Amino acid sequence: MTDAEPLLHAEAVAKSYGAVRALRSADLRVQPGEAHALLGANGAGKSTFVKILTGVIDKDAGRITMDGEPVALRSPAEGYERGIASVFQDPAMIPDLTVKANLRLTGTDPAAVTAELEQLGIHGLDLGERVSDVPLPFLRMLDLARALAHKPRLLILDEITAALPSDLSAKVTEVMARQTAAGGSVLFISHRLEEVIEHCDMCTVFRDGGDVASFAPKDGREERIVHSMLGEVASGQAEEGRRSRAGRPDVGEPYLVVRGVSAGEVLNDVNFSVAPGEVVGITALEGQGQEALFDVLAGARRPRTGDIQVDGEALIARHPAAAISRGISLVPADRTMAILPKRSIRENIALPATARFWRWGPISGRKETRAVNGAVARLSIDTRAASQARRLSGGNQQKLTIGRWLAEGFRTLLLFDPTRGIDIGTKRQIYDLIRELAEEGAAVVMYTSELREIELVCDRALVLYHGRIVAELPPDAGEEALLRAAHGFVDAEAGA
Amino acid sequence: MTSTAPQTAPVPADEVPSTAQRVRNYLTDHPIVVLSVVFVLFYAVTAALDPSLFTVQGLRSILLLACPLALFAAGQTIAFLTGGIDLSVAMIANFAAYVVATQSGAGTVTALVLGVAVGAGAGLLNGIGIGIFRVHPLIMTIGMSSVLLGVVSVGQASGGFLSGSAVVPQVLQRIGGGTLIGPIPLNAVVWAVVSVFLIWMLARSGLGRNIYAVGDNATACRLSGIKVWQVLIVTYVIVGILAAVAGMIISGTSGSVGPSQSNSLLLPSIAAAVIGGTSILGGSGGYGGTIVGALVLTVLNRLMLTLGAGQAVQQMVYGIIVLALAWAYVAVSRQRAD
Repeated sequence: MTDAEPLLHAEAVAKSYGAVRALRSADLRVQPGEAHALLGANGAGKSTFVKILTGVIDKDAGRITMDGEPVALRSPAEGYERGIASVFQDPAMIPDLTVKANLRLTGTDPAAVTAELEQLGIHGLDLGERVSDVPLPFLRMLDLARALAHKPRLLILDEITAALPSDLSAKVTEVMARQTAAGGSVLFISHRLEEVIEHCDMCTVFRDGGDVASFAPKDGREERIVHSMLGEVASGQAEEGRRSRAGRPDVGEPYLVVRGVSAGEVLNDVNFSVAPGEVVGITALEGQGQEALFDVLAGARRPRTGDIQVDGEALIARHPAAAISRGISLVPADRTMAILPKRSIRENIALPATARFWRWGPISGRKETRAVNGAVARLSIDTRAASQARRLSGGNQQKLTIGRWLAEGFRTLLLFDPTRGIDIGTKRQIYDLIRELAEEGAAVVMYTSELREIELVCDRALVLYHGRIVAELPPDAGEEALLRAAHGFVDAEAGA
Repeated sequence: MTSTAPQTAPVPADEVPSTAQRVRNYLTDHPIVVLSVVFVLFYAVTAALDPSLFTVQGLRSILLLACPLALFAAGQTIAFLTGGIDLSVAMIANFAAYVVATQSGAGTVTALVLGVAVGAGAGLLNGIGIGIFRVHPLIMTIGMSSVLLGVVSVGQASGGFLSGSAVVPQVLQRIGGGTLIGPIPLNAVVWAVVSVFLIWMLARSGLGRNIYAVGDNATACRLSGIKVWQVLIVTYVIVGILAAVAGMIISGTSGSVGPSQSNSLLLPSIAAAVIGGTSILGGSGGYGGTIVGALVLTVLNRLMLTLGAGQAVQQMVYGIIVLALAWAYVAVSRQRAD
């Protein structure tokens, strides 16, 4: 819109991780004195872009200039010299050192940080304290104060408000206003669209590794933002999902009932129930308490309040074994939590079979072979690298962790983002499997960060926001409605 | 084993492995073959310098000496497989040998049972510390070793429970020094029984599967319903029992007991398992390799003695060869410490 020299100008930036193209071609212009929001759904390429910008990783192609001069940062420390300071998504401090020692590590003057904290209105934070003793919200503010102490011209804030209570969020927006008033710029990355609309002058939306739109968020409001984030939605498989739902017998009585469960830092008073033959989808932006919810369901963590009933009986789990014995099995998203990397496909699949103390004796080879081959055939697991699971592709590893429960048997399968980081062919197979399992009478609770999957496989969708279920939507509610609910805009339709 | 699964991409004709390639692949998958060749080579070299090794007596002496080392190394192997280590095996052995020798007045069977119970008890405490209180195995077993040294010292003091006359039971002296047939010493029978049991247990029992699984990925085990602490406790109890049996056999061979009689075997027991290809990080390896590892180290020791080099030179050469073998194993099997 203006032809003034941009403070930061990125052109055609691209990056691939092996065969995966994280960024195809991304452009971004940040003007001086501007608060600029960078938006995009999960996997759109935002974090890769920020990592390139701050020198954490190298770009494959493209050009980044600051005041017309090319910049190629090799480390965040170099960024300080060029006037770029960033606050990352996760606290960037070493927990076992004091705050002061951490500041020295990054060459930051503790006095300047104290001054910045004073200006933020945060008093009484002792820099001599060990980082692990400082509460998370204050760590975020410390990260912010540290970035400000370097007097940056471009301040990059990556999801800083996600872990902050509203009073501290307000302080962040004050900082943004101060920074832009002084002629500096802010690149603001947030899932909270209200903040973006209220405090940002411009926004750029990324989708599928490229920038798709750049506009003033006040003009477009959240409809335009959400629309840009989603783009045209392909709906080939959605039809299949609908047909499967239509063909499914009526779901029975709910047998897994979650009542008033609170756990961890976020999850707060969650209620829902699941019936046999039903696929319940749960979706949320990152950090809304979904991990804690699945940990509680799987018996890996005890809830602070509330309880879980299975068939009308309370499930008191001190160990996942208790949940498993009641038929509840978890497939975690992170395969490093599930795979035995050095062991064979057979041992990976047969793992739960030897869990109980009374099954520590001789293994029946024939019975095991039957169970393992059944799972391998049903999931069409590629057995060419059968001797060590770490030699398998990500998709095949994920099949192992699901196949384990097919061999062992279950009544409720908890799937946490089951298709994260796997190829499209395997994704399809997993969708088909989930539908088949539900048709056979299993209950499935599936968290997904890919909104498309709700329509593809689920019977209904629960949306978590700030640790609460804020909406229950039909599967065909559309990604737009899901995304709006995930951003906390629940009463939009009702209120409009 | 999963031969029913489709082979989606058959190997193209021009990639059919050559004979050399096939041999290399075979050796990669069976590094124990390479290690066995190393053993034969060492044995031949040592025997060339000391022809007595070519006699029945010479072979017998190697087996006799390898047995207690292999029993310690057996415990070390299963501790490694869970991702742990046991530095208390030597002190457990010493303690058990003392208990058996001083209690033999109460009857041989009672004494032997007490000896095994001492090993199981110390192992149980190790297992509880490591499995339930999450103490690092290194710290827990060093601590246990130190405590047992104290217990033995107190027990030996006049009026203590180990202060009676120490008589190694006849049956232990026979097992420790007798001959079954030809070059096979009687203690090798104990060793063989332990080997068969361990190799079966690790390959074909639920416990064995869990031992590998816990060492490979404890989080995955927990999420699959395995109670990791139970596996660790049973593992360290077995290690303790093996150590006690080794200690009793050592006192049987020498006909006496001493408060530090097994200590010199502690570090070789770790080396034998490492050379034998068991990952110190857990999750891969097995007892077969350890057996050959123990034999290699025993012959190596003999070679050092035969060369008549000074103590310092012996130690250095021994250490260098152990390092070279461990490196060779990783190179041959393409294992990485990851």
